[in-house]
Amino acid sequence: MTREAYHKALIKLENEVLLMGDMVAHAIKKSVESLRKRDINTSKEIVKNDLLINKKRFDIEEQCIALIATQQPMAVDLRTLTSILSIVTDLERMGDHAGGIAKINILMGDEPLVKPLIDIPRMADIGLSMLDTCLKAFVDRNTELARRICNEDDQVDALHDQIYRELLVLMMENPRIIHMATYLIWVSHNLERIADRVTNIAERIVFMVTGKMEEINVSKY
Amino acid sequence: MEYEKIKVTEPIVTINDLNLYYGKTKALKGINLDISKKKITAFIGPSGCGKSTLIRCLNRMNDIIDNVTIEGSIKIDGQDIYAHTVDITELRKKVGMVFQKPNPFPKTIYENVVYGPRVQGINKKNTLDDICENALKKAALWDEVKDRLRVNALDLSGGQQQRICIARAIATEPEIILLDEPCSALDPIATAKIEDMLVELKKDYTVIIVTHNMQQAGRISDHTGFFMMGKLIEYDITTEIFTNPREKQTEDYITGRFG
Repeated sequence: MTREAYHKALIKLENEVLLMGDMVAHAIKKSVESLRKRDINTSKEIVKNDLLINKKRFDIEEQCIALIATQQPMAVDLRTLTSILSIVTDLERMGDHAGGIAKINILMGDEPLVKPLIDIPRMADIGLSMLDTCLKAFVDRNTELARRICNEDDQVDALHDQIYRELLVLMMENPRIIHMATYLIWVSHNLERIADRVTNIAERIVFMVTGKMEEINVSKY
Repeated sequence: MEYEKIKVTEPIVTINDLNLYYGKTKALKGINLDISKKKITAFIGPSGCGKSTLIRCLNRMNDIIDNVTIEGSIKIDGQDIYAHTVDITELRKKVGMVFQKPNPFPKTIYENVVYGPRVQGINKKNTLDDICENALKKAALWDEVKDRLRVNALDLSGGQQQRICIARAIATEPEIILLDEPCSALDPIATAKIEDMLVELKKDYTVIIVTHNMQQAGRISDHTGFFMMGKLIEYDITTEIFTNPREKQTEDYITGRFG
């Protein structure tokens, strides 16, 4: 193989994307966990650590730009680099959503939850599993896996709807809980957006492998 | 390997089942290719892949090499250029060529440019003046040399000498201009001037360029053919070749994984 340094740089960059994916997955997991445990200190930490995710995104972007400027990547390499630029943008936003959930926990303080958290952790679990599968598809260049992720997004959307309806009923029954119920709707919305972002990444992976831009996440919602 | 032909709407060159042998060595293997009129077509590939050999077939430059055997057909404007009736001088007038190293004659700029028309028997000074000005303008050199047309062409810079050679090729009013690595001896600024000029030239001429510089092919060409070991591996619209080639060999070459 020729151009060894260049190809090593590409591999390093892919590893950094995986690392960033891990950071984001950790933030999502912890954000819902700390909400469940009402652990405000961990939530504060998540908000602080979001800056590290943002920094990682800029680092990766800079490396992509440097490779494009100096190595003139072509074909699959070019598609990989432009896909990475888009993937890190989605990951960074997912980190923001995790930070959003953490901030809600901080805002709720020590007021009791209006209902036990059951569907929200389920949404988080599905979202995290989607992200995990997505990173695997990225490493293995597996389009079939990437396409499959998009179907799972429907489950997350369905849960979001269910939570919304449930909380709406609770609010009608007892308007005094509206502010706390609304917080939970925001949490659910953040998780719904996280799953959507994963499907964006899955679409990028399909492009990276096939060179074809296609919308594979046509939700029924 | 079979490939789906790109849609060449107005082919000026049609190559069918072309084989070329140097002695017993087969240098071109079953080439089938249509080249679009008034477009820039680039041939890329590793050294020895046959790309230069192929463009040399288009104005029968290989005729001057001993031991060359050619099979198959090359048609330009529908006419088989290897037919016995073809006048090679006429063919080379129609298909001009520019080489890797600038090779102006050791004459004035003016005499270099009007050399072809003079050989064709044009002697009227006014006509020759017009041809010279026109060709130098098309070669984007007029403004730089209009006040010193009587200077020896060899006193110009490398990039200017190469544009003199292009002007010399244009002066005979060819239909096709072949360029074999025209910028490989030039610096980036001279290269950029030639590239800009080639993009202008395709309004009037069909340009076929062999280049080792893939970025150059990407920057200026409309269609690109990738060659390897005498075969045309892939031929497509340039952006397709550089963003999503169909053949693994093309992919490996343009991403630098071999070659």
